[in-house]
Order: sequence, then structure tokens, then C-alpha cells
Amino acid sequence: MPVDLADPFAREAEETARPLRSFLRSYFQSPGGTFGLILLVLIVLSAVFAPLLSFQNPYDLLQLDIMDGQLPPGEVSAAYGFPYLLGTDDQGRDMYSAILYGLRISLGVGIISATTAAVIGATLGLIAAYRGGRVESVIMRLVDFQLSFPTILIALMILAILGKGVANVILALVLVEWATFARTARGVGLVESRKEYIEASRVLGVPAWRIMLRHLLPNCIPPLIVIATVQVARAISLEATLSFLGVGVPITEPSLGLLISNGYQYMFSGMYWMSVFPGLSLLVTIVAINLVGDRLRDVLNPRKDT
Amino acid sequence: MFASILQRIGQAVFVMFCMTIVIFIGMNLIGNPIDLLISPSATPAERTRLIAEFGLDQPIWVQYWRFLVGLVQLDLGTSYIFNEPALRVIMQRFPATMELALAATFLSVLIGVPLGLYAGLRPYSPVSRIIMTGSILGFSLPTFWVGMMLILAFSVQLGWLPSGGRGETVRVLGVQWSFLTLDGLSHMLLPALNLALFKASLILRLTRAGVAEVLPQDYVRLAHAKGLSARRVVFVHVLKNVMIPVVTVVGLEFGSVIAFSVVTETIFAWPGMGKLIIDSINNLDRPIIVAYLMIIVLLFVTINLVVDILYTVLDPRVQFSKARTS
Repeated sequence: MPVDLADPFAREAEETARPLRSFLRSYFQSPGGTFGLILLVLIVLSAVFAPLLSFQNPYDLLQLDIMDGQLPPGEVSAAYGFPYLLGTDDQGRDMYSAILYGLRISLGVGIISATTAAVIGATLGLIAAYRGGRVESVIMRLVDFQLSFPTILIALMILAILGKGVANVILALVLVEWATFARTARGVGLVESRKEYIEASRVLGVPAWRIMLRHLLPNCIPPLIVIATVQVARAISLEATLSFLGVGVPITEPSLGLLISNGYQYMFSGMYWMSVFPGLSLLVTIVAINLVGDRLRDVLNPRKDT
Repeated sequence: MFASILQRIGQAVFVMFCMTIVIFIGMNLIGNPIDLLISPSATPAERTRLIAEFGLDQPIWVQYWRFLVGLVQLDLGTSYIFNEPALRVIMQRFPATMELALAATFLSVLIGVPLGLYAGLRPYSPVSRIIMTGSILGFSLPTFWVGMMLILAFSVQLGWLPSGGRGETVRVLGVQWSFLTLDGLSHMLLPALNLALFKASLILRLTRAGVAEVLPQDYVRLAHAKGLSARRVVFVHVLKNVMIPVVTVVGLEFGSVIAFSVVTETIFAWPGMGKLIIDSINNLDRPIIVAYLMIIVLLFVTINLVVDILYTVLDPRVQFSKARTS
């Protein structure tokens, strides 16, 4: 049944009856957001299906042909006959395949760290909002303290102590990002916990964890989703920076940042493709996530109607 | 007021103390210093002697106490690579980082304020749209990526500017400076621009928001009404009021410029503290890492402390007991 969106009553009825459909409908009203989402879906799919889409496993040394090293884009592999769409690196690795595999690491690190940070941050933020008092002031002092240092510095500090590695990078990113989630969750939770229905639940003897989980948390979800989206992009960017600096992921699990770093020295001799193509992939990924995040912010913003 | 300032200083000292514990534990318990300090080919007798010499046979709290005493005496150990006191090695690199950070801050104001002013005065012009889109890119593009593109464009393709190093320097007051020679300036332009881009976007947006806020105010309308030239209104009445938050942010963000110089210095081979810390992490040069972390933490705690104290002095409504915000 077509719904007349100009009619506020029909729209509200639709929003309550089919929240997902109404959400999608308003999301796709923006061309930028639609474009970003399509792009992002394509990127995620190509990362997930990297083994099917690539010509070789770039980290299986047996499949590499060192004689094909440093070939510009478009050359054809002598041994296997497939074209090197984006050229090869110094060891004869197909850059196109390497980028697809690199995307997996970059996206994986970004998503895992942002989700973990969201869970930790939201939990602490809600506890701070609900409990108040000493607990709140300790948590919020930690948040303030963490936010007063630039992200890259905290990450660098942790990696300087723990050394490189995917797990260490994720840990560093979580420690960098949790505070933003905590602050948002507390902000929303604070507004919500002053409302009467929360007081009613308290009087009825509903346990604290249940109030937080069933009443406070659902209200925090929309802003947390927006922040999480943007934080995934920031995590990917920060991970790439750390890997570029040589303190991020190890050479055995190269993300886009490490690919860029490996190709960087060859850029000066005109072999631009080794770092420019992974760089462009990183860029497109970050921009796509930010476009989606911007659109989500517009759609999910609860104050849009006031 | 003095009580709250004292309390704030106490907090800063406490934070510094906590950070010494974190860094000490991180450096001594997670990595094994014995493996790092003593060559595996050492004889057992030599090994025992060296362990005693470095104090590694002492209980952990004695080691921590020594670390703390060394810290207070500005003795942070000797670099394994440079064979010089770690603090001196870092201090030698400090002016280069400072110079780059100051140049970047200067550039970011030079770029951000005029563009922000324009976008604020003509919010609907297509040029403003381009400026605002550009500022979003300035926020979201990774610094190292932009730096790489700058090198690719201006050094590799066009060959206009050098891609790394400090160039010719002049010694003034016992310190080498790049900005006094033409060659040094040409070396500084790209890295400073790279480092400035993020801050420029921030300042641009602040300026634009400030202009949008100030323009409808009565005193601006009065200035127009009493017949002042548009130029005078913009540059005196509007700009002066817009600059207050901009100056605050420039000051607050200076520390983060120094932190992000790690990235820029590595890309442009700028011989500052940032490149030193990355090299030291890769070389496992522990004393340098510890000294760098302590200096940076001190720097940030000091910046935050100064800002907080200035706020209390300037605005008596600010209380450290902190009302609930946001």
C-alpha cells in the first residue's frame, strides 16, 4: 500500500508499524548516502569474497613469480596468463589481489575494534549515567583523561610497549575509541534515566541491569550506531597510519596501510602503482563509510522533527 | 580560586605519577630487559655481573624507585643506538619538531581563517560549497596519505620541491633552524602544509560557525547602520569576535600538532622527535622510547593544566567540581 509521506499521521503510523522499511525509505532519499552505501556494500563484498575475486593468493609464496616483479598495470603474468590489473610489487605479487586481501585486514581490524569499543564504552557510559556519584565521576574522569590525548599518541604508546601485531593494534584502537562511546551513552542515558517510566521501574523493583539493558540501552542505540560507523572509518585510518609507520600490523598480515608503506620507497622511482592503488582503495573505503555515517546521522537524529 | 588551582596541580602531579607506573610496568614487565640489554653470547659470569650492574637483580619496587629517582634527576638512561643520554638525543631533535609544528600552526591559521571567513560571509556561493567539502576531506583523509600525494605531485612528478630532510640550516642561539634559508623553507613547505591540513579544516569550520553566529548580532547591524565600510565591519567587528575561539583552539591543539608530527616527520624524513620515536620503536631503543613517552605526557599534562588554570583565572564561573555537562 503506498503511503503518503506528506501526511504526518500516515507517516507516523508507518514508522511505528514498519520501522525498518520507513528507516530505509528515508535513508535512500539522499543520493550521497545511497551512493556511499552501495560503494560500501561492494567493498565489503569484495573483501569477504577476496579469494574468489583475486587471481592469486598474494601470500602464498609458491604462486608468486619473482620474474614478474615491479610490472606496471596491465602487464600479463608470464606463468599463469592472467593480467596484472594494477601492476605487481617488488616480489611479483599481484597488487589487485593484494589489495583485496589487504581490505580484509583493514576492514576486520576497523570493525572488530569499533564494535568492542562500542560495547565497553556503552556499558561504562550507562553504568555512569544510572549509578551516578563516585562511580560516574571515576568513569568520566577516565573519559576526560583519555580524550585529552591525541588518538595517535595513545596508540603509539601502547604499541611501543606491546610491540606490533594485529591483536595489539585492535587493543590500541579499542583503548583509543571507547571514551567517545562512553560519553554518548552516558549523555543519552542521563536524559532517559530522569524520565518517569524509569523511576516507575525502579519503584517496581526491576533490577538495575535490566533497566539499563531493556530501557536505557535501546535509547542509546541510534546515536551509538552513528558514532560506531564514523569510528570504524577512524579506526581504519588510524590502523593504516600505524602500519604505514611500521608499528602496526606485521608483514605477514598486510593491511592497506602496510601495502602503501611497502610500495612507498618505489614511488620515488616512478613506480607509483604499488602505493597509489592501495592508497586509493583506503581513501574510497573511508569516504564511503563517512558518507553512510553522515546519512545515518541525518536519519537517526531524534531531533530531526523539532 | 587558589585552592582549586592547587588541587588541579595536585591532580596533574598524580597523573604524571600514574603514567610513570604505567610506562615502567609496560617497559620492564612486558618486554624482558635482560634479553634486550645483554648479548646472548655473554658468559654466565659476565651475565650475572651485567644484571647486577643494571640493577635487574633487585626487587621490582627497588627498580621502580631507581627509575623514579633517575627521572627526577633527568637521567633516563643511555640510548643503545646513539650511546648518548636519551634525554639529550631527544632534546637535539626537539627544535626541528618545534619549528615544523609552529610552521604548521601558522599555515593552518593562514589557510583556515580567510577561507572560513569567506564561507561564513557567503554561505550559499558555490565557492563556499567547495571550501566546505574540502574541509570534510581535510578531516577524513589520513595525514600520511595526503603527505604521500603531496610528495608524488610536487616532488616526483613536478620536481618543484624536495621530498625530505631539513635542507640548509642556520645556527641561531645554538640551535639549527631551517626557516632562515630559502633552501630550508623549500624543505619545510610540504611537511608543514601536510601537518597543517587537519588543523586548517578545524579552524576553517570554527571561523565559519563564528561568522554565522556574529553576523546577525546587533552590534554588527549597528556598525553597518552607522555607515562603516563593509571591510571595516568584517575585519574589525566580525573578525575580532570570531578570533577568540580560534585562538583557544590553536593553543589547545598545539600538543596534538606535535603528536601528529610523528606521521609527517616519518614521511618527509624530517629529523625531529617524531621520526626518532618511530626509529627507536623499530630498533627497540628502550631508553629513548621511555624518555619520549615521559616528555610527551609531561607536555600534555602541562598544556591541559595551563588551559584549566587560565580558564579559572579568566572565568570565575568555571568550577573544578565540574557541573554535569552534555
